[in-house]
Amino acid sequence: MELSLETEAVEDRTLLRVGGEIDVYTAPSLRERLVELADGGARHIVVDLEMVEFLDSTGLGVLVGGLKRARASDGTFVLVCDQPRLLKIFRITGLERVFELYPSVTDALAGAR
Amino acid sequence: MPTVRLRFSPSPAHVRTARLVAVACGRRAGVAVDRLEELKLAVGEACARAVARHRRGGLSDLVLLELVDDAGFEVRVLDYAPADPGNPDDPEETVVAEAGVALLAESADVLKVTPGADGIGSTISLWWPTATHR
Repeated sequence: MELSLETEAVEDRTLLRVGGEIDVYTAPSLRERLVELADGGARHIVVDLEMVEFLDSTGLGVLVGGLKRARASDGTFVLVCDQPRLLKIFRITGLERVFELYPSVTDALAGAR
Repeated sequence: MPTVRLRFSPSPAHVRTARLVAVACGRRAGVAVDRLEELKLAVGEACARAVARHRRGGLSDLVLLELVDDAGFEVRVLDYAPADPGNPDDPEETVVAEAGVALLAESADVLKVTPGADGIGSTISLWWPTATHR
């Protein structure tokens, strides 16, 4: 399955639901969407990774890029992820200490400000 | 001799195909089911690295994936790009490089990176145990 991206506004936050595989082929589409959101004024972004089936280092790089853009505009950029195989990737790469990770969209919307 | 050889043009679109072929061969070779996700991740990282090296070097040469079903399961990914330090000023690229190495090192039981002769190309070798060879 390739990448699917769905955006939803929830009060002052933007929820981006990502599905499928984030890899060297599809990551540019994710980057493009995140840049579009930032350029469109979205300051508080929640990226839901629950439907992601595969994530590689290119995808991690794109997520770090999103985080940097959000911080540069005094915004927030948090992730929703409760899949052990994805959490393991964040742990192995040390990025679990870089991102705010929430187990559910509800938790992320409540905590991400 | 490699059990399977796959050559592909340095396009990101083919990395997924390489991952799927490697997982199918690994499963058939007897790699434990709970290691197949690591195999998929590591092969994807190694192939993505090779594709990126070729593209940065402007090379259209094919990347080579070799899968060896003998004394465990060995995966070799060969590129033919000249030595390339990448762009250390690009934070996204730096994350990708560091995360890629971490994921490769953690996913396979054995990881070797061998430079090619005269500094041209490199080979990433990965190894997993199988049901008949641990």
